[in-house]
Amino acid sequence: MRGNQGTLRRHETMAHIDHGRMVGTSPARTDGAQKVRGLCRYVDDLEFDGLWHGATVRSPHACARIVAIDAAAALADPDVVVLTARDLPGPNVLRLIADDWPVLADGRVNHFAEPVALVAAPTRERARAAVGRVEVRYEVERGIHDLDQALASPRILASCRIERGDLEAGFAAATHVVEGVYDTAHQEHVYIEPQGMVARPTAQGELEVIGSLQCPYYVQKALALLFDEPVRVRQAPTGGGFGGKEEFPDAIAAHAALLARRVGRPVKIVYDRHEDMQATPKRHPSRVRHRTGVDAAGKLCAMEIEVILDGGAYTTLSGVVLSRAVLHAGGAYACPNVRIEGRALATNTVPSGAFRGFGAPQTQFAVERQMDRIARLIGTDPLTLRERNAYRLGDVTPTGQVLEESVSALECLAAAQARTDFKRRWHEIEDARASGEGHALHGIGLALSWHGAGFTGEGEQRMRSPVRLALVAPDCVEVRVAACDFGQGTTIVLSQIVADALGLPTEMVRVVDPDTSKVPDSGPTVASRTVMVVGGILERAGRRLVRELGQGGAPPASPAEFVELARAYLTQHGELEVEERFEPAPGQTFDETTYTGTAYSAYGWGVHVAEVRVDADTLATRVERATLVFDVGKAIHPVLCAGQVEGGSLQAFGFGHLEDLRLSEGRPLQDSLSTYVIPTAVDAPDFDTILIENPTRSGPQGAKGVGELPMDGGGPALVAAIENATGIVATRAPATPEVLLEDLLAGRTLGPEAVAGALQAGEPLEGLR
Amino acid sequence: MRVLNLTVNGDATEVAAPAHWTLLEVLRYRMGLTGSKQGCDKGDCGACTVLIDGEPQLSCLTVAALAEGHEITTIEGLLPAHLRAGGEGPDPVQEAFDRCGALQCGFCQPGMILSARALLSENPAPTRDEIKAALSGNLCRCTGYTQIYQAVELALAEATGAEPASPSWAPGENPWAKTPEGNARPAVGAAGLTEGTGVAPSGGDSRTNGKAH
Repeated sequence: MRGNQGTLRRHETMAHIDHGRMVGTSPARTDGAQKVRGLCRYVDDLEFDGLWHGATVRSPHACARIVAIDAAAALADPDVVVLTARDLPGPNVLRLIADDWPVLADGRVNHFAEPVALVAAPTRERARAAVGRVEVRYEVERGIHDLDQALASPRILASCRIERGDLEAGFAAATHVVEGVYDTAHQEHVYIEPQGMVARPTAQGELEVIGSLQCPYYVQKALALLFDEPVRVRQAPTGGGFGGKEEFPDAIAAHAALLARRVGRPVKIVYDRHEDMQATPKRHPSRVRHRTGVDAAGKLCAMEIEVILDGGAYTTLSGVVLSRAVLHAGGAYACPNVRIEGRALATNTVPSGAFRGFGAPQTQFAVERQMDRIARLIGTDPLTLRERNAYRLGDVTPTGQVLEESVSALECLAAAQARTDFKRRWHEIEDARASGEGHALHGIGLALSWHGAGFTGEGEQRMRSPVRLALVAPDCVEVRVAACDFGQGTTIVLSQIVADALGLPTEMVRVVDPDTSKVPDSGPTVASRTVMVVGGILERAGRRLVRELGQGGAPPASPAEFVELARAYLTQHGELEVEERFEPAPGQTFDETTYTGTAYSAYGWGVHVAEVRVDADTLATRVERATLVFDVGKAIHPVLCAGQVEGGSLQAFGFGHLEDLRLSEGRPLQDSLSTYVIPTAVDAPDFDTILIENPTRSGPQGAKGVGELPMDGGGPALVAAIENATGIVATRAPATPEVLLEDLLAGRTLGPEAVAGALQAGEPLEGLR
Repeated sequence: MRVLNLTVNGDATEVAAPAHWTLLEVLRYRMGLTGSKQGCDKGDCGACTVLIDGEPQLSCLTVAALAEGHEITTIEGLLPAHLRAGGEGPDPVQEAFDRCGALQCGFCQPGMILSARALLSENPAPTRDEIKAALSGNLCRCTGYTQIYQAVELALAEATGAEPASPSWAPGENPWAKTPEGNARPAVGAAGLTEGTGVAPSGGDSRTNGKAH
């Protein structure tokens, strides 16, 4: 079909706009014109009168006692100010789950690059110079630098357990028992804009912070504890987040605010790339052990899974990351007998934190690789095994949740098969390799993933997030939420949802910039919750606003009628503001002590198919083509939706084979973009993206969260393709050439004998348990 | 301090700055041209890319003094240059980036667009591999790049009057096709998102509530 019948055009007058038609179209993003012209002002682009610059003195050791801090040389510059933990006006803690994350190190440091002191000066250069003149004496102690060491003397930050059915009976009924251990490493967010924040005392004497962030109310809560006063927090246009600007802005905001209060002026702290990569959170490294029972029909009958996450030096968000990791650890597969146990352990590394997927990419890497191992053992292809076991409507998850709607695993698999002819091609490559004819080293691999949208369990019920809509002019409804746009296009997407609820074009809906003095705490911009949860509440608020505008009579039937009624209302009563809060669907409960019930009200489903070419000499992998099939419930804005799917998938491919962050004694060896390599335009495959719309009752017009799901399956699909191409049994991400060579030299290769032998012997489980 | 004579976006300017400053620092902190971004400070990310005599260059690695006597174009200068050259409306590359979803957070975009603009000025009909090579010095962490390639190809198609290729997720219609009226930008419709995907009936239960069938 050519043309655009049935869709909207951007500049039509409202008289021609149909009702309820903004969702499903792709109007221009609200910030697009500014961004393409270079006129969008990010935090480092903002100017303030009398601005000073802040910088941070950081620990060069991962584990040490602080003996003395001597700032005399730095203070020789009479303008320089130096602050340490002794200068804090309130408790030395950044509040998240456990109160163990200090604002500034006090007496000891527990990870490399931990902040020890803060410096402010009139220029960036002088602030940085002063950092080098603050002398800190340390007494270095022996630290715990990785999971192996942590498992030898574990300090547990968080743990949880899911149990369903009778595991022993399940294994007793199994024809095959398959074991595997899978590891994933740190991953760095690499938002292209480094972390940055400005704090300033306002003319009224209040404290205001403006910065690159995802969660204004997190920052406000952290600062309220520290300063014991209300602080206004505003989001500046933000150059990428991916979870990296979820909890860490609490720290940098606290630092900037401490300096601003001390010098009585605006203070800006913007990290350079080295500092950002050394000091900010990363994805939790993981080790996941699987023991799976499979019956004669190739159905899973027992799954025993142990999940270990490296939480780093402080708890920060590890408890909730572990929770999501464990809840997704069984993959998108039905199994009646399941036990999943998880622990997050402390190490002397930078605290692991929120990163797109939040634990689920790690555990789904493991379960997807385990499914491939099972497929080979029972003599089928990976797609057929998944078809046999993937969730169907009515199936029950490990927490006992019955999947009552919007289950699309089979549909995604079928579309992927239709698009790629996966089964035939996978077998052909396997056969060619086994016969010794497969020198080309082309491979194809696949992963099926699921991802729960919104906060885990009763998180949304506890928050009962409020959103507000306000009629501020006859032709303008303002959306007041704390949801931040850091690239996803939240602003236009929420406008579309509200516009449809009101029967208006998006031009008559304005989303205000997140600012704690203007918007209610509709929750953080995390967990694939913005479209589904915040958007869902906004849809309800929109309908209510229209009803109230009708004042008991008929609601407006057209934008013109809306304007007429709105004008009358405003004249009579003034601004009309409505507030709605999250309301759980009836019967959706979750018990956090037993881990039973509705873990998530809706799940997105996706299949990644990766086609790779592996260089036979260097074992370097190139992803040549990728097919992405995703059920998103409803693509509110197809262009942006495809952008989420493709962008998340490329991050996942980077996680799978390219992005290699190693630590030596807790110090990252890669702290620049020339040593920590993310995919470039020549590394990225051409994406063939298919969006499926299988709606949920939990989201606006059926939409489910899409932000994190694409991160889950890309890594294992790519590594599966490498295995298909090379015959190297790949159990670790990233599967860099070095890792693959190590596996090859150690004889961890396919061939029916090797697989069967390893399986019969059972893999050594050193360090686990 | 040193007084520099720079020609930026067509205007000759005198600006005082420390002699060791990079062009990026002078543009951002002396001239208020903050469209050029600082993503890494060492030539890895490409967010600081500007055009010097039409060639994409990393302003974070260019000492400002060495740019004297050359024509510097920053992202802020693209639209004025397009209008000066008799163009109407937005610059076609900028327009295509916005329309195709080629920008998300927008932080890499100024550099990315300038690299794309330089490519199209030099090569009127680049292949997709040539597009990839030309943009490979500009890191983007948001898009996965496919929508960026599509934007460059759309800008190309609009310049030559060719039909741009439709993205795979919109099999039922070509969202990049021009409307009969010409320049009014259509909203991209989602009609037929699952049409034409070749989805075979997959056994019933997962499909019963799928609206696409």
